[in-house]
Amino acid sequence: MNIDLTTSLGSLQLSAPTLTASGCAAAGKELAQFGDVSTLGAVVTKSIMMAPRSGRATPRMAETPSGMLNSIGLQGPGIESFLENDLAWLRANNVTTIVSIAGNNVDEFGELARILSKVEGVDGLEVNISCPNVESRGQVFACNPYSAAQVIETVRSVWHSDAPVLAKLSPDVTDIVEIAQSVVEAGVDGVSMINTLLGMVIDVDHMKPMLGGRTGGLSGPAIRPVAVRAIYQVHAALPHLPILGMGGIRTGHDALEFIAAGASAVSIGTVVFGDPGAPWRIANELGQELESRGYNSLSEVVGLAHHN
Amino acid sequence: MHLVLDAPEIDEVASGHFAAVAVGGIGGGMLLRRAFSIHKSTPGESLEIIFAPHGQGTQWLATQNAGDVIDVIAPLGKPFVLPRQPISCVIVAGGYGAAPMELLARELRGRGCRVDVVLGAATQEKLFGVLDLKGVSDSVIVTTDDGTSGVRGRVTDVLADVITKNNSQAVYACGPMPMLQAVAKVSQDNGAFSQCAVEESMACGIGVCMTCVLPVIGDDGVTRMSRSCVDGPVFRGDRVRWDDVHTVPSDAFGAPRPGGH
Repeated sequence: MNIDLTTSLGSLQLSAPTLTASGCAAAGKELAQFGDVSTLGAVVTKSIMMAPRSGRATPRMAETPSGMLNSIGLQGPGIESFLENDLAWLRANNVTTIVSIAGNNVDEFGELARILSKVEGVDGLEVNISCPNVESRGQVFACNPYSAAQVIETVRSVWHSDAPVLAKLSPDVTDIVEIAQSVVEAGVDGVSMINTLLGMVIDVDHMKPMLGGRTGGLSGPAIRPVAVRAIYQVHAALPHLPILGMGGIRTGHDALEFIAAGASAVSIGTVVFGDPGAPWRIANELGQELESRGYNSLSEVVGLAHHN
Repeated sequence: MHLVLDAPEIDEVASGHFAAVAVGGIGGGMLLRRAFSIHKSTPGESLEIIFAPHGQGTQWLATQNAGDVIDVIAPLGKPFVLPRQPISCVIVAGGYGAAPMELLARELRGRGCRVDVVLGAATQEKLFGVLDLKGVSDSVIVTTDDGTSGVRGRVTDVLADVITKNNSQAVYACGPMPMLQAVAKVSQDNGAFSQCAVEESMACGIGVCMTCVLPVIGDDGVTRMSRSCVDGPVFRGDRVRWDDVHTVPSDAFGAPRPGGH
C-alpha cells in the first residue's frame, strides 16, 4: 500500500490520520499494551482540570443500541499530577500529544492554557467547552456563541506556543456553524467535532434514570450520522478551517466518510472500549479504502463530498 | 453455562483475573465487552468462563457454536494476593462468584495453606462449584437462602464459626456486593484479613473509561474513586467503603465541593 496517510491540523503535522478521542484512552498509557502509541496521529488526553476531580457517582455507563451513555464527570488527577505523570510518560514515549483541557469557568481555562503553553511535549490543545457531564448547562460553553468565544479568547491570550488550539464543539445546538464561526473569530486554529449528545436511559424496574448523574453523553456509531452532518455543515461554511472529526467511527470506511465531509484527521473514541486496537486498525483500513478507490493520499479526499 | 475457548495466546492466569469478551459479532449493536472472572485456564491452550444468559450480550454468547471465533482480551485485572506463609484461609463465594475459586483453592494449597470453603446461593440450583471445591479444600459448607441445600441462611451466618474453628487468617471472597460487604465485616470482626473480588459494571475493562469506579481507601489513607478493572477487581475488604459504593464520599480525592460538579 502506497497511500500517503499523513495529514495536518493547522501547524501540527500528523504521521497518521487516527488519533484517540478525549476521554476514551485516558492519557495513552493503558493502550500501550495493544499497540505502539507513538505511531498514532496523536493521543488526545482525557480532559484535564486544575484540581483533582472524583467524577460522578456510579452507575456511570449504560449501553444503548450501537452506542453508550456515559456520565463520568471528568474524573482526573488535576493538572499538577498530569504534568508529572501523564505528560511525562507521553514525552518519554515520543507520543504526539494533544492535551484536552476543561474548566469550571473561563478563568480556569485560561490558567490551564497558561501552564500548558510553557511546558514541553504539548503538540496541541483541545479546549473542551462541550462536556455535557457538568452540574450546570451554563458550563457547556459550546452551547452559546458568546461563552464559547469568551473561553477561546482567554485561552488564546495566554497561549504562546505554535501548537494549534482546537475548540471541541457540541452537536446539541441550534446552529453549529454559528458556534464554529464564533470560535474562529476568537482565534482557534481548528475545531474538534463532535462531543457526545446529552441523553438519558430510564431503569423502568426502579422507575428512575439509570445513570448516577441522571443524564449522560451519548456516543458510539449511533451518533455517527450526526457527526458527519455537523462536519459537512462547518466545512461548507468554513472550508479552510482544519477539522478533527469524531463521533462513532468504527471502521476505515466510517473514517473515510468523515474525511470526505471535511475532516483532516479523526479521533477514535467509544469503539476503543470494545476494541483497544481500533485506532491502529482503522488507520490501516482507511488506507485500504482509499487505495481501493484509486486515491493516492488522504489529503486529496478532505472535503471531497462537497464537490460532487 | 460453561464456555471453553481454545486460546493459543493466553498467558498464565491467576485466580481473580478476568476476561473481557466481545459480544454480538462484528458490526453488531453491542459495543462493550462483557467481563467474566476466569474459571480455568492453561497457558497457551485454553480459557474457561462461566456465565448465565441474563442479558442480550450473554444470550448472544449462549447461541455461539463449537468452532465459532470469539474475541477475548485476557487475563485482565489484579488477581488475589496469595499469602507467603502456609496460613489457614477461607474461601467464600456467592453463586457464580465461585467461578475463580477452584483455581484459588489450588493456588493456596500449593502454598501449604489450609483451605475451608463457604459457598452460598439463593437456592440449590444457583450454587456453583460445590463438588469441584470439595476436591481441593479441607471443608466445604453450603448455605442457601431457602434451605434447599446445606444450611438455611447466608454465607455470613456461618463464616464467623469457620474462621474461629480453623483459626483462619485470610478470607477470600467473590460474589454480589452486599455479600462482599458482609464478608468483609465478619472477617474484620473476627481478626481475619479479607480480599474481595468486586462486581462493577465496566465499559472497557482496561482502565481507560473510568466507568467501573468505587471508593477505596489507599495506603495513604485517602479515598479515591478506584477503577475495579485495573486497580481491582480484587480489593482489600477493609479498604472498600462499602456503605459509599455508588456514591462519591464527600472526603474522596477530588470530590465535588458544595454545588456539585
